[in-house]
Amino acid sequence: MHPNDPIRRVLVIDLSKRTFEVMDRPELFQASIGGAGTAIRLLEERCPPGADPLGPENPIILAVGPLVGLYPLASKTVAMFKSPHTGNLGESHAGGRSAVSIRMAGYGAVVITGRSPGPTYLVIEDGRVAFRDASALWGVRSSATAGSVLREREGGSGHRSILRIGPAGEAEVSYACVITETYRHFGRLGLGAVFGSKRLKGIVIAGTRTLPVADPVAYRREYDALFRAATTSPAMRKYHDLGTPMNVLPLNESGALPTRNLRATRFEAAEAISGEAMASRFLGRRLACSHCPVACIHLAALRTPHPKEPYFYKTSMLGYDYELIYALGSLLGIADPEGILRLADEVEIQGLDAMSAGVVLAWATEAYERGLVAKDDLDGIPLAWGDAEAYASAVRRIVRRPTDLYRALAQGVDYASSVYGGREFALAFGGNEMPGYHTGPACHLGFLTGSRHSHLDSAGYSVDQKVPPEGVGLTGDEIVAALIAEEQWRQVLSSLVVCFFARGLYTPDAVTRALAPLGIAATPADFDRIGAETLRRKWAFKRREGFDPTRLRIPERVCETETPLGRVDSDVIRRALERFAALSS
Amino acid sequence: MAKRLYVIDVDRCVGCQSCMFACARRAGAGGTAGSRIGVRSAGGMRKGFIVVVCRACAEPPCARVCPTDALAPREGGGVRLHPELCVGCGNCRDACPFGAVVWDAVEAKPLVCVYCGVCAAYCPYDVLAFDEVGRNVDASE
Repeated sequence: MHPNDPIRRVLVIDLSKRTFEVMDRPELFQASIGGAGTAIRLLEERCPPGADPLGPENPIILAVGPLVGLYPLASKTVAMFKSPHTGNLGESHAGGRSAVSIRMAGYGAVVITGRSPGPTYLVIEDGRVAFRDASALWGVRSSATAGSVLREREGGSGHRSILRIGPAGEAEVSYACVITETYRHFGRLGLGAVFGSKRLKGIVIAGTRTLPVADPVAYRREYDALFRAATTSPAMRKYHDLGTPMNVLPLNESGALPTRNLRATRFEAAEAISGEAMASRFLGRRLACSHCPVACIHLAALRTPHPKEPYFYKTSMLGYDYELIYALGSLLGIADPEGILRLADEVEIQGLDAMSAGVVLAWATEAYERGLVAKDDLDGIPLAWGDAEAYASAVRRIVRRPTDLYRALAQGVDYASSVYGGREFALAFGGNEMPGYHTGPACHLGFLTGSRHSHLDSAGYSVDQKVPPEGVGLTGDEIVAALIAEEQWRQVLSSLVVCFFARGLYTPDAVTRALAPLGIAATPADFDRIGAETLRRKWAFKRREGFDPTRLRIPERVCETETPLGRVDSDVIRRALERFAALSS
Repeated sequence: MAKRLYVIDVDRCVGCQSCMFACARRAGAGGTAGSRIGVRSAGGMRKGFIVVVCRACAEPPCARVCPTDALAPREGGGVRLHPELCVGCGNCRDACPFGAVVWDAVEAKPLVCVYCGVCAAYCPYDVLAFDEVGRNVDASE
């Protein structure tokens, strides 16, 4: 790496003592590239075995990689922590302005430990950390208000990013998210609750550092090749046009769109909530993360009349993407896109993970239908498929927790179903709620075995979708091998750190070429080794914290409801998990 | 003829800042530090973006307030910086109502557009154009 590249600097902040130090750790970044590879090593160093995820001993690690700030689509920050939602490895990625801001503030990683004596927010600049009083911000109704206040109150010269939590994070709902730049999220696995447990309302991070390269001529050449590919490739173009909601109709058509808690896989209103319909009725603006010419962020302009006063309207700009339409749409049987957007608004105000929130509400609806929970448990507001208004009230109650049921729902569907029953239709994998794909056995094996239990770990849906019509699918062992290979390569991408949407551009050879002008010599064989090592360390952390793939719960609903590849055979899954256990230990 | 940058369609700006990275990359470095073009949110990203470029004024106020003629008018509009004459007073920065004179706090010197047009070449959505001074006025103002 270039000797003056600030990526080797790790900022360690202790909220309990209100102190910070900058550590020079070149060896860490040499061994692991950056991002996820660095974060898992810092987690090993900082997170004691058996740590309470909501205790001061649980560190928050934010890491970026050498490509960030230097190449297009290298736009993500990796957050790592012990998850309060699963009690195991927590990893979540977000874009916005966060990654470039951390990089330009002069850090490769930021570690936050301890617990603040009172509500606080941090202002991080090059060589300086301010601990600001956030007691007046604690308890504000909306995550958006906190964002606006920090934006106006804090200058922060240079490239700036603002991370914050909403009421859900303050209340330590185990799937609370952290919001950055209003429309991007460290969504999954409860980083927001970890912020809340530390009395950390937000982080402003800003920097003005120049990022040096070893060979400027070669740097500009490699930059241009990647930039051209990013702006001319049809694969990138579709993310800009309709964005990820382009997937609604094809998934529905193939019978893979989870609907009404996965009792069905085709939604009769799919057309109305499709990417095409959302764009034609609501698309108000498209946005990009820093340094991403693709601009996949889609905002809907929603005009809502005042409930009482005529001629009063509120116009909101609300982000939407495929996962949100699935979790707060088809999974809840909401056919009206305005209903989906209003529910999404409430989820955003509270600062919850949209996917987990949707799955929790879907489980609660079915549990109520089946009489496992009563109207009183629901605080007098019954839930019914398609009733967006009731769901929005329920979202507020998940945070406020007026009843024992809501206290359980605030800990996710795995926990709630362990108390009230209905395990067979509680859609969670390794404790994390299901993403929006029911494409076949590989997607579910991916959710079960992925280190984050996320569709992004190993893209199992893509393995399913490659099976030709009338063709023979892969065996369980073959699926496991494909998933591990993909997850291993994604460790490299998330160490650089580039957006997974750019995986087609950043092939191993392209990454070698991009790193060379920065003074980093690495071959595709090195990436194989580094990716495998990073994944091995994640598995080791998970085992240390009690993860056992052979004891994973497979929700019966997943095996009952037909996929485009037929029914998923639980015995096949079980044997594949044994295979995974052998390979990952 | 002298050329300048035009913001021809700010509504298409997605805030990717590729222009800022391009400007910084001219000096062979990454990041956006030292960029002479600025993209910032218009008060939260939901409201879109403000793109700040040097308009290459015919009678540039930034040059008028320079006590040492370090910023001198360029023939055809705009300014040229002679850094060896600059005393770092910051008058130029304060004189530009658009904030197009960027301040380099380390060197205590202004960073002004050199009218090279590289940023416009990296705008994926045709927000920017690089054209002769006096052209395109209808589209940009």
